[in-house]
Amino acid sequence: MASLNVSVVSADQQVWSGEATMVVARTVEGEIGILPGHEPMLAILAGGEVRVTLPGGEKITANAEDGFLSVQANAVQVVASRAELV
Amino acid sequence: MGAQLRVYRQKIKSAQTTKKITRAMELISASRIQKAQARVAASEPYSTAITRAVSAVASYSNVAHVLTTEPERIDRAAIVIFTSDRGLAGAFNSQVLREAEELTELLKSQGKSVEYFLVGRKSVGYFNFRHRAFERSWIGGTDNPDFDTAKEIADAVLEAFLRDASDGGVDEIHIVYNRFVSRITQVPVVTRLLPLEVVESDEAPPASSTKHEVFPLYEFEPDAETVLDGLLPVYIESRIYNAMLQSSAAKHAATQKAMKSASDNADKLITDYTRLANNARQSEITQQISEIVGGADALSSAK
Repeated sequence: MASLNVSVVSADQQVWSGEATMVVARTVEGEIGILPGHEPMLAILAGGEVRVTLPGGEKITANAEDGFLSVQANAVQVVASRAELV
Repeated sequence: MGAQLRVYRQKIKSAQTTKKITRAMELISASRIQKAQARVAASEPYSTAITRAVSAVASYSNVAHVLTTEPERIDRAAIVIFTSDRGLAGAFNSQVLREAEELTELLKSQGKSVEYFLVGRKSVGYFNFRHRAFERSWIGGTDNPDFDTAKEIADAVLEAFLRDASDGGVDEIHIVYNRFVSRITQVPVVTRLLPLEVVESDEAPPASSTKHEVFPLYEFEPDAETVLDGLLPVYIESRIYNAMLQSSAAKHAATQKAMKSASDNADKLITDYTRLANNARQSEITQQISEIVGGADALSSAK
Protein backbone atom coordinates (compact mmCIF):
# COMPACT_ATOMS: atom_id res chain seq x y z
CA MET A 1 0.00 0.00 0.00
CA ALA A 2 1.22 3.44 -0.81
CA SER A 3 2.06 5.57 2.14
CA LEU A 4 2.20 9.26 2.76
CA ASN A 5 5.38 11.20 3.09
CA VAL A 6 4.65 13.59 5.89
CA SER A 7 6.65 16.50 7.15
CA VAL A 8 5.69 18.87 9.91
CA VAL A 9 7.57 22.12 9.57
CA SER A 10 7.68 25.12 11.87
CA ALA A 11 9.32 28.48 11.27
CA ASP A 12 12.63 27.59 12.80
CA GLN A 13 12.95 23.88 12.18
CA GLN A 14 11.58 20.72 10.72
CA VAL A 15 9.59 19.23 13.57
CA TRP A 16 8.97 15.77 12.23
CA SER A 17 9.14 13.90 8.97
CA GLY A 18 8.54 10.35 7.94
CA GLU A 19 6.15 7.84 6.48
CA ALA A 20 2.55 7.65 7.55
CA THR A 21 -0.67 5.97 6.53
CA MET A 22 -3.03 8.73 7.52
CA VAL A 23 -3.01 12.36 8.54
CA VAL A 24 -5.87 14.09 10.27
CA ALA A 25 -5.78 17.85 10.55
CA ARG A 26 -8.18 20.61 11.38
CA THR A 27 -8.65 23.19 8.67
CA VAL A 28 -10.80 26.28 8.86
CA GLU A 29 -13.66 24.29 7.38
CA GLY A 30 -13.40 21.35 9.73
CA GLU A 31 -11.40 18.22 10.26
CA ILE A 32 -9.95 16.51 7.25
CA GLY A 33 -8.42 13.08 6.96
CA ILE A 34 -5.86 12.41 4.29
CA LEU A 35 -5.09 8.94 2.98
CA PRO A 36 -2.57 7.96 0.31
CA GLY A 37 -3.73 8.97 -3.15
CA HIS A 38 -5.45 12.13 -1.98
CA GLU A 39 -5.87 14.81 -4.60
CA PRO A 40 -3.52 17.81 -4.47
CA MET A 41 -4.79 20.25 -1.94
CA LEU A 42 -3.90 23.44 -0.14
CA ALA A 43 -5.80 24.25 3.02
CA ILE A 44 -5.55 26.81 5.75
CA LEU A 45 -5.21 25.22 9.16
CA ALA A 46 -7.19 26.25 12.14
CA GLY A 47 -5.11 26.01 15.28
CA GLY A 48 -5.22 22.57 16.76
CA GLU A 49 -3.99 19.06 16.62
CA VAL A 50 -2.57 17.27 13.66
CA ARG A 51 -2.70 13.51 14.12
CA VAL A 52 -0.39 11.34 12.10
CA THR A 53 -0.88 7.57 11.99
CA LEU A 54 2.33 5.68 11.35
CA PRO A 55 2.51 2.48 9.29
CA GLY A 56 2.86 0.48 12.52
CA GLY A 57 -0.40 1.88 13.84
CA GLU A 58 1.18 4.21 16.36
CA LYS A 59 -0.02 7.77 16.46
CA ILE A 60 1.88 11.00 16.64
CA THR A 61 0.19 14.20 17.62
CA ALA A 62 1.51 17.63 16.80
CA ASN A 63 0.17 21.02 17.71
CA ALA A 64 0.15 23.35 14.77
CA GLU A 65 -0.84 26.94 14.97
CA ASP A 66 -1.35 29.45 12.26
CA GLY A 67 -0.35 27.59 9.15
CA PHE A 68 -1.42 25.55 6.18
CA LEU A 69 -1.50 22.06 4.85
CA SER A 70 -0.41 21.00 1.41
CA VAL A 71 -0.95 17.63 -0.21
CA GLN A 72 0.69 16.73 -3.46
CA ALA A 73 1.59 13.34 -4.90
CA ASN A 74 1.39 11.60 -1.52
CA ALA A 75 3.57 14.22 0.08
CA VAL A 76 1.88 16.00 2.95
CA GLN A 77 3.34 19.13 4.44
CA VAL A 78 2.01 20.68 7.58
CA VAL A 79 3.52 24.13 7.73
CA ALA A 80 2.95 26.34 10.73
CA SER A 81 4.78 29.22 12.30
CA ARG A 82 4.56 27.33 15.55
CA ALA A 83 4.44 23.59 15.60
CA GLU A 84 5.48 21.05 18.16
CA LEU A 85 5.06 17.41 18.90
CA VAL A 86 2.93 16.53 21.86
CA MET B 1 66.50 50.73 31.89
CA GLY B 2 66.38 53.48 29.33
CA ALA B 3 63.25 55.54 28.99
CA GLN B 4 62.81 54.57 25.38
CA LEU B 5 63.07 50.88 26.11
CA ARG B 6 60.41 51.17 28.80
CA VAL B 7 58.01 52.86 26.38
CA TYR B 8 58.44 50.05 23.87
CA ARG B 9 57.88 47.41 26.53
CA GLN B 10 54.64 49.14 27.54
CA LYS B 11 53.45 49.21 23.94
CA ILE B 12 54.22 45.54 23.49
CA LYS B 13 52.29 44.69 26.63
CA SER B 14 49.23 46.66 25.54
CA ALA B 15 49.28 45.07 22.08
CA GLN B 16 49.46 41.65 23.73
CA THR B 17 46.47 42.40 25.94
CA THR B 18 44.46 43.67 22.99
CA LYS B 19 45.38 40.58 21.03
CA LYS B 20 44.11 38.33 23.79
CA ILE B 21 40.75 40.08 23.70
CA THR B 22 40.40 40.11 19.93
CA ARG B 23 41.47 36.48 19.71
CA ALA B 24 38.80 35.53 22.23
CA MET B 25 36.15 37.48 20.31
CA GLU B 26 37.26 35.80 17.11
CA LEU B 27 36.80 32.36 18.62
CA ILE B 28 33.42 33.28 20.08
CA SER B 29 32.05 34.51 16.77
CA ALA B 30 33.53 31.53 14.97
CA SER B 31 31.44 29.23 17.12
CA ARG B 32 28.40 31.48 16.75
CA ILE B 33 28.59 31.43 12.96
CA GLN B 34 28.04 27.71 13.02
CA LYS B 35 24.98 28.08 15.20
CA ALA B 36 23.62 30.90 13.08
CA GLN B 37 24.24 28.94 9.90
CA ALA B 38 22.48 25.95 11.38
CA ARG B 39 19.49 28.14 12.15
CA VAL B 40 19.42 29.44 8.59
CA ALA B 41 19.50 25.86 7.36
CA ALA B 42 16.83 24.77 9.84
CA SER B 43 14.43 27.46 8.69
CA GLU B 44 14.83 26.46 5.07
CA PRO B 45 12.12 23.76 4.91
CA TYR B 46 9.63 26.34 6.14
CA SER B 47 10.49 29.01 3.62
CA THR B 48 10.69 26.49 0.79
CA ALA B 49 7.28 25.09 1.68
CA ILE B 50 5.72 28.52 1.83
CA THR B 51 7.34 29.69 -1.38
CA ARG B 52 6.11 26.59 -3.18
CA ALA B 53 2.62 27.03 -1.85
CA VAL B 54 2.49 30.70 -2.80
CA SER B 55 3.77 29.93 -6.28
CA ALA B 56 1.18 27.19 -6.60
CA VAL B 57 -1.69 29.45 -5.67
CA ALA B 58 -0.39 32.31 -7.74
CA SER B 59 0.08 30.21 -10.86
CA TYR B 60 -3.27 28.45 -10.65
CA SER B 61 -5.55 31.27 -9.84
CA ASN B 62 -5.93 34.74 -11.21
CA VAL B 63 -6.92 36.18 -7.92
CA ALA B 64 -5.82 39.75 -7.60
CA HIS B 65 -4.56 40.32 -4.12
CA VAL B 66 -3.89 43.63 -2.46
CA LEU B 67 -0.35 42.56 -1.62
CA THR B 68 0.51 41.67 -5.20
CA THR B 69 -1.08 44.51 -7.11
CA GLU B 70 1.06 47.42 -8.07
CA PRO B 71 -0.49 50.69 -6.91
CA GLU B 72 -1.11 53.21 -9.66
CA ARG B 73 1.01 55.85 -8.05
CA ILE B 74 3.67 55.31 -5.48
CA ASP B 75 4.13 58.32 -3.24
CA ARG B 76 5.56 56.84 -0.13
CA ALA B 77 8.05 54.05 0.28
CA ALA B 78 9.41 52.37 3.36
CA ILE B 79 12.80 50.81 3.90
CA VAL B 80 13.44 48.14 6.50
CA ILE B 81 17.09 48.18 7.48
CA PHE B 82 18.62 45.17 9.22
CA THR B 83 21.77 46.04 11.15
CA SER B 84 23.30 44.50 14.23
CA ASP B 85 23.10 45.56 17.85
CA ARG B 86 26.83 45.65 18.32
CA GLY B 87 29.74 46.92 16.34
CA LEU B 88 33.25 45.54 15.95
CA ALA B 89 32.17 43.88 12.76
CA GLY B 90 34.15 45.73 10.15
CA ALA B 91 32.07 47.21 7.37
CA PHE B 92 29.03 45.11 8.26
CA ASN B 93 26.78 47.93 9.46
CA SER B 94 28.19 50.71 7.35
CA GLN B 95 27.74 48.83 4.11
CA VAL B 96 24.12 48.10 4.83
CA LEU B 97 23.49 51.71 5.86
CA ARG B 98 25.25 52.93 2.73
CA GLU B 99 23.04 50.74 0.57
CA ALA B 100 20.01 52.12 2.37
CA GLU B 101 21.20 55.67 1.73
CA GLU B 102 21.68 54.92 -1.95
CA LEU B 103 18.22 53.43 -2.14
CA THR B 104 16.83 56.50 -0.40
CA GLU B 105 18.49 58.75 -2.98
CA LEU B 106 17.02 56.66 -5.77
CA LEU B 107 13.53 56.69 -4.31
CA LYS B 108 13.67 60.41 -3.64
CA SER B 109 14.78 61.07 -7.19
CA GLN B 110 11.62 59.26 -8.26
CA GLY B 111 9.60 61.67 -6.17
CA LYS B 112 8.78 59.30 -3.35
CA SER B 113 9.07 60.10 0.29
CA VAL B 114 10.81 57.53 2.41
CA GLU B 115 10.07 56.09 5.81
CA TYR B 116 12.25 53.80 7.83
CA PHE B 117 11.82 50.72 9.94
CA LEU B 118 15.01 49.95 11.79
CA VAL B 119 16.23 46.68 13.19
CA GLY B 120 19.31 46.70 15.38
CA ARG B 121 20.82 49.25 17.73
CA LYS B 122 23.41 50.39 15.20
CA SER B 123 20.90 51.71 12.71
CA VAL B 124 18.94 53.43 15.46
CA GLY B 125 22.16 55.07 16.64
CA TYR B 126 22.92 56.17 13.09
CA PHE B 127 19.53 57.80 12.71
CA ASN B 128 19.47 59.39 16.14
CA PHE B 129 22.91 60.88 15.65
CA ARG B 130 21.72 62.55 12.46
CA HIS B 131 18.41 63.60 14.01
CA ARG B 132 16.49 61.74 11.38
CA ALA B 133 13.02 60.41 11.97
CA PHE B 134 12.06 56.78 11.70
CA GLU B 135 8.76 55.01 11.97
CA ARG B 136 9.61 52.15 14.31
CA SER B 137 12.61 50.31 15.59
CA TRP B 138 13.45 46.96 17.11
CA ILE B 139 16.46 46.73 19.37
CA GLY B 140 18.06 43.68 20.84
CA GLY B 141 18.03 40.09 19.75
CA THR B 142 19.77 40.53 16.42
CA ASP B 143 22.43 38.08 17.54
CA ASN B 144 19.82 35.44 17.99
CA PRO B 145 16.68 36.41 16.10
CA ASP B 146 13.43 34.78 17.12
CA PHE B 147 10.37 34.29 15.02
CA ASP B 148 8.21 36.46 17.25
CA THR B 149 10.23 39.55 16.41
CA ALA B 150 10.03 38.67 12.72
CA LYS B 151 6.27 38.37 13.07
CA GLU B 152 6.09 41.70 14.85
CA ILE B 153 8.11 43.38 12.11
CA ALA B 154 5.99 41.76 9.42
CA ASP B 155 2.80 42.86 11.15
CA ALA B 156 4.02 46.45 11.47
CA VAL B 157 5.16 46.53 7.85
CA LEU B 158 1.96 45.00 6.54
CA GLU B 159 -0.11 47.36 8.60
CA ALA B 160 1.76 50.33 7.12
CA PHE B 161 1.36 48.88 3.65
CA LEU B 162 -2.36 48.33 3.99
CA ARG B 163 -3.01 51.80 5.36
CA ASP B 164 -3.88 54.51 2.86
CA ALA B 165 -0.99 56.67 1.73
CA SER B 166 -2.95 59.75 2.77
CA ASP B 167 -3.27 58.21 6.20
CA GLY B 168 0.44 57.75 6.70
CA GLY B 169 0.68 54.39 5.00
CA VAL B 170 3.24 53.38 2.42
CA ASP B 171 2.89 52.03 -1.10
CA GLU B 172 5.99 49.94 -1.35
CA ILE B 173 8.41 48.32 1.03
CA HIS B 174 12.07 47.54 0.54
CA ILE B 175 14.36 45.55 2.75
CA VAL B 176 18.11 46.00 3.09
CA TYR B 177 20.17 43.34 4.85
CA ASN B 178 23.48 41.54 4.73
CA ARG B 179 23.34 38.14 3.13
CA PHE B 180 25.67 35.47 4.41
CA VAL B 181 27.49 34.10 1.37
CA SER B 182 30.45 32.52 3.08
CA ARG B 183 32.60 33.10 6.11
CA ILE B 184 34.59 35.55 4.05
CA THR B 185 31.91 37.25 2.01
CA GLN B 186 28.78 39.00 3.18
CA VAL B 187 26.88 40.93 0.59
CA PRO B 188 24.38 43.67 1.29
CA VAL B 189 21.13 42.87 -0.46
CA VAL B 190 18.39 45.29 -1.43
CA THR B 191 15.04 43.82 -2.42
CA ARG B 192 11.55 45.05 -2.76
CA LEU B 193 9.35 43.10 -0.40
CA LEU B 194 5.98 44.60 -1.25
CA PRO B 195 4.12 44.66 -3.54
CA LEU B 196 5.28 41.17 -4.40
CA GLU B 197 6.51 40.90 -7.93
CA VAL B 198 7.86 37.41 -8.39
CA VAL B 199 6.57 34.78 -6.08
CA GLU B 200 9.33 32.38 -6.91
CA SER B 201 12.12 31.44 -4.61
CA ASP B 202 15.48 33.00 -5.28
CA GLU B 203 17.09 29.95 -3.80
CA ALA B 204 17.66 26.91 -5.94
CA PRO B 205 14.82 24.46 -5.46
CA PRO B 206 15.83 21.33 -3.57
CA ALA B 207 16.77 18.43 -5.79
CA SER B 208 13.78 16.36 -4.74
CA SER B 209 11.28 18.89 -5.98
CA THR B 210 12.65 19.23 -9.51
CA LYS B 211 10.53 16.38 -10.77
CA HIS B 212 7.39 18.28 -9.85
CA GLU B 213 8.27 21.32 -11.91
CA VAL B 214 4.68 21.78 -12.97
CA PHE B 215 2.31 22.34 -10.11
CA PRO B 216 -0.65 20.00 -10.02
CA LEU B 217 -4.14 21.36 -10.01
CA TYR B 218 -4.69 22.06 -6.35
CA GLU B 219 -7.92 21.90 -4.51
CA PHE B 220 -8.16 24.92 -2.27
CA GLU B 221 -9.83 24.95 1.04
CA PRO B 222 -11.85 27.05 1.66
CA ASP B 223 -11.05 28.78 -1.68
CA ALA B 224 -8.08 30.17 -3.56
CA GLU B 225 -8.67 33.69 -2.37
CA THR B 226 -8.74 32.84 1.31
CA VAL B 227 -5.74 30.58 0.96
CA LEU B 228 -3.77 33.35 -0.71
CA ASP B 229 -4.99 35.74 1.96
CA GLY B 230 -3.59 33.46 4.61
CA LEU B 231 -0.41 32.57 2.79
CA LEU B 232 0.94 35.93 1.71
CA PRO B 233 1.40 37.45 5.18
CA VAL B 234 3.09 34.22 6.24
CA TYR B 235 5.32 34.48 3.21
CA ILE B 236 6.28 38.03 4.18
CA GLU B 237 7.01 36.84 7.71
CA SER B 238 9.24 34.10 6.47
CA ARG B 239 11.11 36.49 4.19
CA ILE B 240 11.72 38.85 7.08
CA TYR B 241 12.73 36.01 9.37
CA ASN B 242 15.12 34.79 6.71
CA ALA B 243 16.61 38.27 6.37
CA MET B 244 17.15 38.40 10.13
CA LEU B 245 18.82 35.01 10.23
CA GLN B 246 21.02 35.84 7.26
CA SER B 247 21.95 39.12 8.82
CA SER B 248 22.87 37.50 12.12
CA ALA B 249 25.01 34.84 10.44
CA ALA B 250 26.67 37.54 8.36
CA LYS B 251 27.28 39.63 11.46
CA HIS B 252 29.10 36.82 13.22
CA ALA B 253 31.16 36.14 10.11
CA ALA B 254 32.01 39.84 9.78
CA THR B 255 33.00 39.99 13.44
CA GLN B 256 35.19 36.97 13.07
CA LYS B 257 36.91 38.48 10.07
CA ALA B 258 37.38 41.86 11.73
CA MET B 259 38.72 40.28 14.92
CA LYS B 260 41.02 38.04 12.95
CA SER B 261 42.60 40.98 11.22
CA ALA B 262 42.78 42.84 14.53
CA SER B 263 44.68 39.91 16.05
CA ASP B 264 46.96 39.78 13.03
CA ASN B 265 47.62 43.50 13.31
CA ALA B 266 48.41 43.11 16.99
CA ASP B 267 50.87 40.35 16.09
CA LYS B 268 52.53 42.65 13.61
CA LEU B 269 52.71 45.47 16.15
CA ILE B 270 54.25 43.14 18.71
CA THR B 271 56.92 42.03 16.24
CA ASP B 272 57.70 45.60 15.22
CA TYR B 273 57.93 46.86 18.77
CA THR B 274 60.02 43.88 19.84
CA ARG B 275 62.52 44.74 17.10
CA LEU B 276 62.59 48.37 18.19
CA ALA B 277 62.95 47.39 21.84
CA ASN B 278 65.86 45.06 21.02
CA ASN B 279 67.43 47.81 19.03
CA ALA B 280 67.02 50.26 21.90
CA ARG B 281 68.42 47.77 24.39
CA GLN B 282 71.41 47.04 22.18
CA SER B 283 72.21 50.68 21.59
CA GLU B 284 71.95 51.29 25.32
CA ILE B 285 74.51 48.54 25.94
CA THR B 286 76.76 49.82 23.20
CA GLN B 287 76.61 53.25 24.69
CA GLN B 288 77.45 51.95 28.15
CA ILE B 289 80.44 49.98 26.80
CA SER B 290 81.77 52.94 24.91
CA GLU B 291 81.35 55.06 28.03
CA ILE B 292 83.34 52.54 30.11
CA VAL B 293 86.02 52.16 27.45
CA GLY B 294 86.23 55.91 27.06
CA GLY B 295 86.47 56.34 30.82
CA ALA B 296 89.19 53.68 31.13
CA ASP B 297 91.07 55.26 28.27
CA ALA B 298 90.91 58.65 29.90
CA LEU B 299 92.15 57.19 33.23
CA SER B 300 95.09 55.34 31.63
CA SER B 301 96.17 58.29 29.52
CA ALA B 302 96.02 60.59 32.61
CA LYS B 303 98.70 58.54 34.34
